[in-house]
Amino acid sequence: MTSANAAPILKSKHLLGISGLSPTDITALLDLAETYVVQGRAVDKKTALLKGRTLINLFFESSTRTQSSFELAGKRLGADVMNMSVKTSSVSKGETLIDTASTLNAMRPDILVVRHQDAGAAELLSRKLDCSVINAGDGAHEHPTQALLDALTIRRHRGSFEGLVVAICGDVLHSRVARSNLLLLSMMGARVRLVAPRTLLPAQAERFGVEVHTDMKSGLAGADIVMMLRLQVERMAGAFVPSTREYFRFYGLDREKLSVAKPGALVMHPGPMNRGVEIASDIADDALVSLIAEQVEMGVAIRMAILDALSRGMT
Amino acid sequence: MKRIAFRNARLIDPASGLDVKGGLLVENGRIADVGPRLFNDAEPGDPEVIDCRGLVLAPGLIDCRVFTGEPGAEHRESLESASAAAAAGGVTSIIVMPNTDPVIDEPSLVDFLLRRAAATAKVRVLPCAALTKGLAGETMTEIGLLQEAGAVAFTDGDRSVANARVLRRALSYAATFNALVIAHAEDPELVKGASVTEGEFATRLGLPAAPAIAEAMMVERDIRLMELTGARVHFGQISTRDSLDVIAAAKARGLPVTCGVAAHHLTLNELDVGAYYTFRKVRPPLRSEADRAAMMEGVASGVIDVIVSSHEPQGADTKRQPFATAAAGTVGLETLLPAALSLVHDGRASLSHVLGAMTAAPARIFGLGSGTLAKGAPADLVLLDEDEPFVVDAEKLHSRARNTAFEGRKFQGRAQKTFVGGACVFDALAK
Repeated sequence: MTSANAAPILKSKHLLGISGLSPTDITALLDLAETYVVQGRAVDKKTALLKGRTLINLFFESSTRTQSSFELAGKRLGADVMNMSVKTSSVSKGETLIDTASTLNAMRPDILVVRHQDAGAAELLSRKLDCSVINAGDGAHEHPTQALLDALTIRRHRGSFEGLVVAICGDVLHSRVARSNLLLLSMMGARVRLVAPRTLLPAQAERFGVEVHTDMKSGLAGADIVMMLRLQVERMAGAFVPSTREYFRFYGLDREKLSVAKPGALVMHPGPMNRGVEIASDIADDALVSLIAEQVEMGVAIRMAILDALSRGMT
Repeated sequence: MKRIAFRNARLIDPASGLDVKGGLLVENGRIADVGPRLFNDAEPGDPEVIDCRGLVLAPGLIDCRVFTGEPGAEHRESLESASAAAAAGGVTSIIVMPNTDPVIDEPSLVDFLLRRAAATAKVRVLPCAALTKGLAGETMTEIGLLQEAGAVAFTDGDRSVANARVLRRALSYAATFNALVIAHAEDPELVKGASVTEGEFATRLGLPAAPAIAEAMMVERDIRLMELTGARVHFGQISTRDSLDVIAAAKARGLPVTCGVAAHHLTLNELDVGAYYTFRKVRPPLRSEADRAAMMEGVASGVIDVIVSSHEPQGADTKRQPFATAAAGTVGLETLLPAALSLVHDGRASLSHVLGAMTAAPARIFGLGSGTLAKGAPADLVLLDEDEPFVVDAEKLHSRARNTAFEGRKFQGRAQKTFVGGACVFDALAK
């Protein structure tokens, strides 16, 4: 069976954010991803579903994790995958994003995966290009594939999202992961809490239907899932928080803070981690509570599902 | 002697409060006579006669906040193309900002602008000079010499003078020459890197944002310095209720402060950015609906003195970018009048009051002889149809740059004919 005549899953040819998806879309993607978890664990991991299709990874910010995950997902489905990173492109020569994209468009790719430092970059490209565009992170806006892989990981452990208490902790202000996750989890019926010092919370966060906490103890009390966010190095020293040691003391996840969460609570992190800044090593490495390695595996599966879904109906 | 007779007009002169049916006679580029009984019985023998068919004949508009690309970025807008856009919008005088390349901070550059305008522009061009050299906010310019060369006001355009000590001295010195200083109110550090107003919508879009109070903070500071130095200060554009309240209080204390508002801050709010629509990226950024409503109220009450276009041409190179890196600014000379007329159509203010904010008020603030239908004034006139409906089409703009924030917007009312010194510079029917 080729993907072109399989039943469609998504209404749009692009995946720009969680905000464009419905609960039905999300459930369908997660269900489809389950089949790719199985495929990924088989001896022969490769199919020819996307044979002859071209996928371009266009990364303006370096990201080993996301880029290799998309690359592997594309290759396991039989697509030709090309990686372009900003250092080898003409962007540094003053070419605009649109010009770069138009050049790539002329090479007739089927799917463009884009990571960019500015919010709205994926949206802009989707309006100007013929191919499907997948947002692999745009500024502090959205990172939908991360939220979907987190959802897949959570659902495999908890069965559903209804009534789950999920605490998203750390640099919410600059985090596209936090935005996509709170949109997805709220939509699916989870109760989302944001936990951070005031300097790292976005304006009017409470308007998103979430609980806002500035204290880890109250934010983590009774939580089913604790989702830690990465604190960017350039934001550590004095700009948003005074020092890494003060940050770890009040907002780093250690055994003591985790002890107020629900017994059996699970810990997630989108990676890469700053050990001793936002998370203590013994928690990160504790296979009983940490889902961090599993998130990476689910990342490949969900991206295969997304590539499959977007290629349906392509002619 | 060249004479033109306008018959059958609704004459509106906000400076005198005149609003009456009648006629107007132009002789040698100046208004020779005006009134309800003019040409009632017989047409005068020699002059060219224009039948206004009951449309409004008012003083040509004075737009006191215009950026062009001349010198330095003529591919975006020259004085010539800006003046064509102005004429099409019923604007007969443009007050141009010194934010060019090079910056207008030398008497010879003011002279250059005036010569270029005389040679190429259809409308009057009144240059502002920089308040500080190179707009760097460090050293004051030669205010006296620049004034002699023809600068009508002093401003760093879209930059605030961050250093209060520098501004204090520049204001004191400007006061010596009774020079008008145009301030831009945005705390530069607080708004650094921001492209929208902080709030729920900005959070949703994930865009770098700055709190709206960054404006009122600077308005407060500048008013204190104005009070200390005795300078005349005009805020080029305000956009928030907080700023409006601060200015209203200063006016109540009797300070000679004045302010303007951009047409887009009267008609658009932060939600109009929609899906990262860069043509609606402006500085200061679009505000909340409550702030937009406050701007309408401010014009109606008269606390806001003038309505400006903040015309700022940008090209595809600077606008076709992700929102955060795209340049700010919208062209506006051709949409100033239609956007301002929405106050009239919404029943918020009379036509005479709204036109006053673009004629009599700027003439008073900048000390110009135009902006009125009084006998002896220059025959800078606009014949306008206040009700004509139309849809803004960027392709039809006269401006060289097409970055309008109003693409597709439905407006009511626009200029039909525009005259500068008695010469017709725009005729909507002559296409």
